[in-house]
Amino acid sequence: MTTLRIANAQGFWGDSVDAASKLAAGAPDVDFITLDYLAEVSMSILAKQRQRDPSAGYARDFLHVVRSLVPFWREGRRLRIVTNAGGLNPRQCARECIRILREGASPELMVAAVSGDDVLPTILEDLERYPRQGLFPHLESGESIRSIQDRLVTANAYLGAAPIVEALQRGADVVITGRVSDPSLTVAPCVAHFGWKPDDYDRLAGATVAGHLIECGTQVTGGNWTNWLEIPDAANIGFPIAEVSADGSCVIGKPIGTGGCVNAQTVKEQLLYEIGDPGRYLSPDATVSFLTLNVNDLQNNRVSVAGATGGPPPATYKVSATYRAGYRAAGMLTIIGQDAAEKGRRCGAIILERLRQAGAEPRRTNVECLGGGGAEVVLRVSVADDRREIVERFTRELAPLITGGPPGVTGYAEGRPVVHEVFGYWPTTIERSRAHRVVEMVR
Amino acid sequence: MTGARSIRLAEIAHARSGDKGAGANVGVIAYTPAGYEFLRETLKADVVEAFFKPLGVGTVVRYELPNLGALNFLLPNILDGGGSVSLCVDAQGKGLAQRLLELHLDVPELQLKPFARENR
Repeated sequence: MTTLRIANAQGFWGDSVDAASKLAAGAPDVDFITLDYLAEVSMSILAKQRQRDPSAGYARDFLHVVRSLVPFWREGRRLRIVTNAGGLNPRQCARECIRILREGASPELMVAAVSGDDVLPTILEDLERYPRQGLFPHLESGESIRSIQDRLVTANAYLGAAPIVEALQRGADVVITGRVSDPSLTVAPCVAHFGWKPDDYDRLAGATVAGHLIECGTQVTGGNWTNWLEIPDAANIGFPIAEVSADGSCVIGKPIGTGGCVNAQTVKEQLLYEIGDPGRYLSPDATVSFLTLNVNDLQNNRVSVAGATGGPPPATYKVSATYRAGYRAAGMLTIIGQDAAEKGRRCGAIILERLRQAGAEPRRTNVECLGGGGAEVVLRVSVADDRREIVERFTRELAPLITGGPPGVTGYAEGRPVVHEVFGYWPTTIERSRAHRVVEMVR
Repeated sequence: MTGARSIRLAEIAHARSGDKGAGANVGVIAYTPAGYEFLRETLKADVVEAFFKPLGVGTVVRYELPNLGALNFLLPNILDGGGSVSLCVDAQGKGLAQRLLELHLDVPELQLKPFARENR
């Protein structure tokens, strides 16, 4: 096989649950499907679930995907899966996955769990052992993690492709990880297939670019595109496929007959999505330069991306830690009529004044009049505080404006705003040797 | 400026934005090589910083990607803490690129055509 065809069927937790089976049906030559479930603070949501039930803590939606793929495996399709759906509990996710495969009479398939990304115990130990040192500084502010130590909920290192490669080499058909860097889900199948060495940096860089392009699913096939109104058959937008060559270059496409579009514009926009210095895109597999890339529109929804160059990855793993940061709620009212924005601002001020009078002044507040003005705005008031009761009190202050506010207040049928727990995000780094990667074949 | 026309950035470029912690980035891609050269000269970091000042942005950093005809802008601290901490409706900066495309630029009348999308 001269190219490896790697698809993405989940750009984030909450994305289409049918995408994987549609891809399997619409693109019979796909070798791997990758699925990304973990955003920055997803781990804190999983931590709450695991607190209530020790057998939880992973993306249960993935099991639905596994069920939907059983018919393809039963037909004898060689289709392998790499996903970070394991969250905080890859082993349990793998066990559930195996159970579904056995029930579906696909008993020969092998499932692997990759863990070792959880570095919370290591961080807490270090903080105790070296009480005078400022440790694990925030990547942006430089402040030591000590300042939020007693509110820490999770801390996970972004592992690279290596443990996934090991799982694939040991024969895994489904690899379930915890936190790994998103592009590594794509890099690993390439390394296992083409036999790249750990210092084949240009090739690893190319596969990292391919992974970066497909990791957000339909964002490269017409979703989010500036000229989105022009995409055909948007209801059936196709998920992306990267055909990666042995030199690390790739062609981005989508299954024939699907909606959306892949062109040089959609690809360039996604290349630039959530990046910093384009000369130094950091991943645990390589440090990648986007400045040598060539993007060529091959027409018919195929775009080639070649020329990536790479160097050694950073000596540390990036860590994303989450910590409890109080509560928040946001409520909205629609205001129709002249001077709508002025009326909206005044309504916001009334709500905050009533909270003050009730002795329930929130620590942070924000009043927004969305839509800019004219004869209609949406008023959005949001508050945050460490005390849940303060935020609860706020949720009762919107409704009185229906009768006591300006004329034309509407859009309140959804009821009171919901109070959400807030999890702060603490990006930092840890020496690679401190995260102990574990690959288990689960039976 | 005589012989100049005020245009929206959207007429000569497309863009995408997303969050980076409490900050965000906006990638701006010119439709044509001539448009890229024009933007490289005119769409400087301080112009973008002034545009986003009302949203509380820090010091904007600009990177050039001549191979893609693109500029990447880092917008520190524009998301009121970012993620689930932010109280902004656009806590992840999804709309920042589309806002920036409404920026008005003065383009010499003679040069406008080679910048437009139809000429890519």
